[in-house]
Formats: sequence, structure tokens, C-alpha cells
Amino acid sequence: MTTLNALAAISVAYVLFLFAVAFVAERAARRGRGGWLSAPIIYTLSLSIYCTAWTFYGAVGSAVRGGLEYLTIYLGPSLVLIGWWWILRKLVRIGRAQRITSVADLISSRYGKSNLLGIGVTILAVVGTTPYIALQLQSVTLSVEVFANPQVSDVADDRLTAFWVAAGLAVFTVIFGTRNLDANERHHGVVMAIAVEAIVKLAALLAVGGFVVWGLSGGVGATLARIDASELGLWEMNGGRWVGLTFLSAAALLCLPRMFQVMVVENDSDAQLRMAAWAFPLYLMLMSLFIVPIAVVGLEVLPKGANPDLFVLTVPLAHGQQGLALLSFLGGFSSATSMVIVAAIALSTMVSNHIVMPIWLRLRAGSASVSGDVRHVVLLSRRLSIAGVLFLGYAYYALSGGGEALSVIGLVAFTGVAQVLPAMLGGLFWRGATRMGALAGLSVGFALWLYTLYLPSFGQGTVLPMALFSEGPFGIGWLRPQALFGIDGLDPLMHAVFWSMTFNSVVFFLVSLISFPSPLERLQGAQFVNVQIGGGSARSWSGGLAQSEDLMVMSQRILGAPEAQALFLREARKQGISGHLPDPTPDFLEILERELSGSVGAATAHAMLGQIVAGQAVSVADLMAVADETAQMMEHSARLEEQRSELTRTARQLREANDKLTRLSAQKDAFLSQISHELRTPMTSIRAFSEILRDAEGLASVDRIKYASIIHDEAIRLTRLLDDLLDLSVLENGQVSLNLREGKLTDTLDRAVAAALADDGGLRLDIFRDPRSEAIWLNTDIDRLSQVFINLISNARKYCDAAVPRLQIRVGEAEGRTVIDFVDNGSGIAPEQQDLIFEKFARVSDQKAGGAGLGLAISRQIMTRLGGNLSYLPGQAGAAFRVTLPEARALAAQ
Amino acid sequence: MSGHVLLIEDEPNIIEAIGFILSRDGWRVDTHSNGVDAVDVVRAKAPDVVILDVMLPGRSGYDILRDLRNDPVTQTLPILMLTARGQSKDREMAERAGVSRFMTKPFSNAEVLDAVRALKAS
Repeated sequence: MTTLNALAAISVAYVLFLFAVAFVAERAARRGRGGWLSAPIIYTLSLSIYCTAWTFYGAVGSAVRGGLEYLTIYLGPSLVLIGWWWILRKLVRIGRAQRITSVADLISSRYGKSNLLGIGVTILAVVGTTPYIALQLQSVTLSVEVFANPQVSDVADDRLTAFWVAAGLAVFTVIFGTRNLDANERHHGVVMAIAVEAIVKLAALLAVGGFVVWGLSGGVGATLARIDASELGLWEMNGGRWVGLTFLSAAALLCLPRMFQVMVVENDSDAQLRMAAWAFPLYLMLMSLFIVPIAVVGLEVLPKGANPDLFVLTVPLAHGQQGLALLSFLGGFSSATSMVIVAAIALSTMVSNHIVMPIWLRLRAGSASVSGDVRHVVLLSRRLSIAGVLFLGYAYYALSGGGEALSVIGLVAFTGVAQVLPAMLGGLFWRGATRMGALAGLSVGFALWLYTLYLPSFGQGTVLPMALFSEGPFGIGWLRPQALFGIDGLDPLMHAVFWSMTFNSVVFFLVSLISFPSPLERLQGAQFVNVQIGGGSARSWSGGLAQSEDLMVMSQRILGAPEAQALFLREARKQGISGHLPDPTPDFLEILERELSGSVGAATAHAMLGQIVAGQAVSVADLMAVADETAQMMEHSARLEEQRSELTRTARQLREANDKLTRLSAQKDAFLSQISHELRTPMTSIRAFSEILRDAEGLASVDRIKYASIIHDEAIRLTRLLDDLLDLSVLENGQVSLNLREGKLTDTLDRAVAAALADDGGLRLDIFRDPRSEAIWLNTDIDRLSQVFINLISNARKYCDAAVPRLQIRVGEAEGRTVIDFVDNGSGIAPEQQDLIFEKFARVSDQKAGGAGLGLAISRQIMTRLGGNLSYLPGQAGAAFRVTLPEARALAAQ
Repeated sequence: MSGHVLLIEDEPNIIEAIGFILSRDGWRVDTHSNGVDAVDVVRAKAPDVVILDVMLPGRSGYDILRDLRNDPVTQTLPILMLTARGQSKDREMAERAGVSRFMTKPFSNAEVLDAVRALKAS
């Protein structure tokens, strides 16, 4: 009898052997000497992970319980591979072209890279696969138990075994499943190890079968006779269940995450698939060849009540065939481990890509710019996901207690993952399939599967209450989980398959019809449905599959709706078509490509058109060309834009400078002309009278004195003019230094009035003031302010044309600042001249006065320098000027 | 030589100076100090020579000159123009308007007297 320790040693040795195989293969692939790893036979053998411990052990059990029904599990995949290999080919090509990494990725990519769908399928896959992993762990512990003394086995030991198996598998998977993160998610080491395991399990099953037929039964004929005699042949065949199970297993081949992993992700040529199309059904046939003989003989030679799921082990053991039993054990062990490893890789890829990474990226939004950083995180997340998946499997095993018959768990899982089928096939063959449709179909299918099969599979009354099964939820009979819509008496599995798949497909179809796909979905849909079959020339289009409407949608986005519509209409007319959509003839496509090139560049236009017309995947070379082109265009346009704005800026500056110069030049001319006039006029008098005094003899002394006085006055006038000019120049250049000091407004006004009225000149002016309001302290250049007041008072004195000239000086407040208004009772200043009077040399026409016309200009400059203001105040009785005092300097009197 | 001069000028000191110079030489001098009705005054007084300032209250000397030249009666009337704005473009403007003689202030008394005499003789 093989001891448990020996068994453990053999298992460990076997696992180490697998490590070695995987390591060698991995190293060969890394050194570029792994060409043989892509051999179609290895690919075919790797597909054998379809045959898990469930098929290895469970098929015999199934045969005992359900007759030939177990064959359906082999029939489904065989039918798909032989009859529908073109579906697989399409799947594999899309997988390669789009660099698909998992089922979830496939669905998500097809429906506009929807992460929600990715998450949904991932959850479905995890929920559906966890029991399956538990099943493998269970089968290993059961088989170990067979070698131990069945009577003394206890649950704790089983759990320990399962735990170590799970841990060991986790280590193996982490080491070989997350070595690299290359663009193609291929694992040469793992695939090679699985191929080896495929041979081991086939050899084991064939050996046990050979032993049963030729060693126990005495040849083929005798075996057939025994089968005829046994009860197995009598069991009736349920047609509906056969069809259902065949369908389920066919769907499982396409949808199971681990099958997708080996079949699509690990695939690298059509040749691999061509061989698998005939070799894998052959493998399955060999696997199933001896199931019935083993079952029949097992029933005969073993005591009643022996677990038929373990006949493969117990029959050789019962006949003392220790070596054969060990081989059989290793076959079962291989089946379990290969399934668990690949499933863990597939699930961890999904969990990591669709759940962990999006969350991580969102949490660290913006800081994930270093690629090495991300790679590290991805690897870590994969490794943790692998450990998590295996732990889930172990936890499920430990909690469920492993009581259920193996094959039942398997079928429940099959039905779960089969929910992906409508979205997958619809996505491959129907352009109208939409994200909303896929989401709705999947949700409904998943929910029904949970309700009618998954939760009930824990047993009535465990998760769902007993009453639910007999009465329905809230007493609604037609909602009973195993008799929906009152259809009673159906096999629970078939019931669940029927309703979940029906609702899934119908909802998927209907929602797809009523929802509208996004542009990205359309593009992806076109790529998936029209995936390139065969070669085709690179630059010319054959428009067989092109959809004018898609072209229109794309063109509108690029060219703008009116232009695109006009182009399409024009081309449609040219083709003699009455509608808006021309046929996608090669000519039209050439024209369209040229048009699009004008907007987005040739490479981009070709790639975009290629995606829609030929369903071509964009190659890396295409993308590089697009990127180059885009970069060049962007650089070029950025440069142009920069130059353009610089030119605009320069032109504006030049124009402004020119305007300013012109204005300055005109001002200078006018100013010089004015100066000239103001200087020459007194000079003229001086020169004329000085010549008269010099030349005229016998001039009366009265006249002589008068003329000398004129010369004197004009000289003074000239001096004053020059003073004013210098003053104004200093003020305008801002070179004036202010002499700030404190003083009372009323004193300042007193002095100004006195100064303005000092020289009599025969002009009189009555001034009215309110001393109380003038009790304000100032802190400013008092002398300059006084100069302004003097100017205003003298102006009133000179220009007020009233019969009795009066000037009122009012102190008040406007907009929070102290203002002093000087209002006389003359006729005022005409509105059109009110702005003019502050200009240099401005003098209201028809008025004759001694000044040069600089007074107000100087006064305004002074007020500006002081931080206040001088303005004309319209709407008063006569001429009115407002002096606004500087804000901070006006302090209220105490 | 003597005759009748109309002096159109607004600056009182200059009126006084020119008036004094011409009177002493035997000219009869009329003065007018407003631009607005200067043309009418010229027609009414019909002087032998007109002395015209450019910057007059109410109307520019150039406009007055142009009006006089457009009137057949005063078309050939000798007109001496005086201006305190001594830029060359002022002279050009006056010549285009048909001035007989153009002088820039300040002038010498002899110069004015010679000019008036020459204009009267032509």
C-alpha cells in the first residue's frame, strides 16, 4: 500500500518536474529559441485543460448516474471545433489583432471599451469559476483520501491537503504566470507544462482503460458483452437534456475564461487552430473511450456504495495495481492542477485589468506617468489576484464541505459562463449589437442564473428559504426559482439554461435594437464583425463590406456635417443614386480618403477608412505613421499659430506707434505754431515801437512814455509766457517735486483771492464764500493748489461777462471726496468748447485777454499731479469749474 | 506817395504801431479788428492797399483773402498779409490764395512802409 508520505513525495516530485519543464520552455522562449513551443501539437494539447478533474474522475461517475450523457460534455467542443471552426478562427484573429487578454477584455473591447462590461464579465467569471476551482481541490483531496485509510480520514486533514495544494498552485502560477507583461499575454512555460500534463492524464486514463478491458474483462468482445448486460445500457435517454448539455459544453468551450486563455490568448497562428480542429476532438474521443467500460467494471467489481467518481483510482487499487493507481492519481492531479493554473491566470488578468488597475489609476490619477511604476503595480496586482482567486476557491471548498457530486458543480459553472455567449457571438457577427444590449442581456442572464441555478445549487433552504421553492417569492407561484412562469417538472439545470439563455438573448437583441451605439462602439463593432479574412492590397479599397452610413458618421465628425453631407450627396448623384448615401465603390473611397487626408493627414485617413471598410486592425506601422503625421502637423500648426499671433502683435504695435507718432507730430506742429504766434505777437509790438522810438524825431513825450510802456508790458508778457511754458513742461514730464505740507483750505483760498485781485486793471469781481464749509485741513502742495485757485479766480475776473460779475466759491463733497466749485454768473462756456478749454493755448473765441491760454492746461496738470482733478461743471448759472481734492489728503476739520 | 490803407488787425498795440508809421508817411489809415465782416468793410471802404492779419477773431485771414480774390471788384486789390505764424506752409497757403505780399511778424517798420508803397505803385 502506498503510504500518504510517499504520495506526497511523488506529488511534489511531479510538481518539481513540471517546474523544470516550464522553466526550460520559458528560458528557450526568452532566448528566441522557442520556435518549437508554437508547434500546433502543443497548442492542441494545451486545449486539454478542458478536461479537468471533473472529466477525468467525474465522467465515470456521470456514466454510472446518467448513462451515455457524459458524452455530451465531449460532444459540444468537438462539434464546435469540427463544424464551427470558422467561429473560432474569427475569435482567434480578433484576439490577435486587438491584443485581447481575456473574455472580459473581448466583450469590453467590442462594446466601445466599456469598463462596466469588463467588470461585469469579470465578476461573472469569478463567481462561475470559483466553485470549479473548489471542485479541483476537492478531487485532489478525495483522491489522496483513497490512498489513505478511508476509515480514519477526517475533514481537517482534507482541508489541510486542499490548502497545501492551493498554496502550491498559487506559487507555481505566480512564478510562471506573471513573469512578463509583454504585449501578447503568452506564457510559454505554463503552456508547455500543461501540454505535458495533457499527455500524462491521457496516458493514465488509457492505461486504466486498457487494464479494465484487457486485464479484467478479458478483451474487447467480452467487455462489450458485459456492457450490454449491465444496467447502464438500460437507462433511457432524455433528448432535451442531451441537446441542452451539448449546447452548454459547446458554449463553455467559447466562454470559459481558461479555455479562452489557451485557445485565443495563447494562440499565435491559424495553423495551430487548423490542427486543433481535428486533433482535439480526437483527444476528447480517446479520453472518453474507456469511460463506459470502467464504469461497468467498477460497478461489478467494487462493493455497492463505492463512489463512482473515483472508479478510475479504486478499480486498479482494488486489484493491487499500485503503479497503475499512482499513474491514475497523477492523471487526476494533472487535470486538476492544469485547470487551476490556467483559470487563475485568466481570472487574475481580468481582475487586475478590469477591477484593480482602474481603481488604482483613479486613486492615483495624474501621478501614474512613469511606465516602470505601472508595470510594477500591474505585476503586483496580478500576483495578488492569483492568490485571491485560489484563496476564494479554497474558501469555497472549505465552506461547502465538498459534498456535492462533482459533475453538478461543473454544469452550474458552465451555465454561468455561458451567459457571455450572446454578447460574444452577437458582437462577432452582428454590427447592430450595442453596449447597452450586451449589458442588459448579461445582467438579466446572470441574475436568472443566480436565482434559478446557482443559489439553489447550495441546496434548498441553505441560501434561499424552502418556502421560496414551493410557494415562490411573496407567494407568487410563477416566480418559483425552479418553475418560472409555471413551467414545472423540468430538469432544474435545463430549466435554468433555457430561461437564462432565452431572456439573455432576447433582452440583448431588443435593447441593442433600441439603443444607439457610440462612435467608438461603431468603430470597434466594424472591426470585430469585419475582421480581415485573407490579404488584400494595402492602398486600394474593395468596398464589399463597407457601410456607407458608417463612413458618413465618421466623415461628419472629421469634415463637419454640412461638408460631409455635400460630398456624399455629390458622389451619390455621380453614381446615379437618388439618396444621400453613395455606394462604397473604390472610386468613392479614394475620393473620400483624399478629402479626409486634407483634414487629418493621409496616414490617419487611411487607417480610419481601413477600419470601417476592411475591418482592418490598425497595425503598429500605421499608428506610427499616424503619430508622426499628427506630431508634424501639430508642430507645424503650432509654429504657424505662433508666427501669426506674433505678426498680429507686431502689426498692432506698429500701428499704435505710428498713430501715436502721427498724433504727436500733429500736436507738436500745432504747439509750435501756437508758440510762434504767442511769441511773435509781443515781439512785433516791441520791435515796432522800439524802431519808432529810435527813428521818429520830435515825438511828443506823452507818446514816448506810452510806447515805452507798451514795450515794457509786452516784455513782461513774454516773460510770463516763457514761465508758463517751462512750468507746463515740467508738470507734463512729471519732473515736478511737490512740497507737501499741512494747511487750512480757508487760508489757502484767502491768499488766492488776494493774489488774483491784487493788480487792479479796472476789473472788479465780487466773491462769495462760506467760511464754515472751508474749515478743512489739507495735506498737499499748498502753493500749487493756490496757483490753481488763482488761475480760476483770475479767469472769472477776466472772462465773466455779467454786468456785475460775481464768483461763488462752494466747498462740498462728491463721491466721497471734497470738491471746491468756482461758479460765476457770466454766460458760461459753450458745450462744444468745455473740453477744449483745458488744451494748451485754447482761448474761447472772441475773447481778448492777456494770457497765453496756458492757465487751465497748467491748472489741470497740477491737480492731476496732486492726485486730484480739475473739470468743467456743466449746467450751472455761468462758467463753473470743479476742483476735486486728492482723496487721502482731505481731512475733515475737528 | 500817399493813399488809403485799410488795416485789418486785432492786436491793439500793432494797430497803434502800424497806424503811427503809415500816418507819419502821409497815408490815410482805416482800421478794423474783426474777421467776420472784414470783406464787407473792404468793399465799403475801397482802400488802395489792405493790410490783413491771419489770426483774426471770427474768421481766418486766408478765408477773407479768398473771398476778396473771388470778387471781380477786389480781384486785383493789393493785399499785404501779416502773420505771427512763421512756418513755410503759411506762406504757401497765402500765395495759393492770391496774396500780393506776405510778411512775417515781427517786421521792421521800414519794410512795411516800403511794401505798402510798392503795392500802391503797382
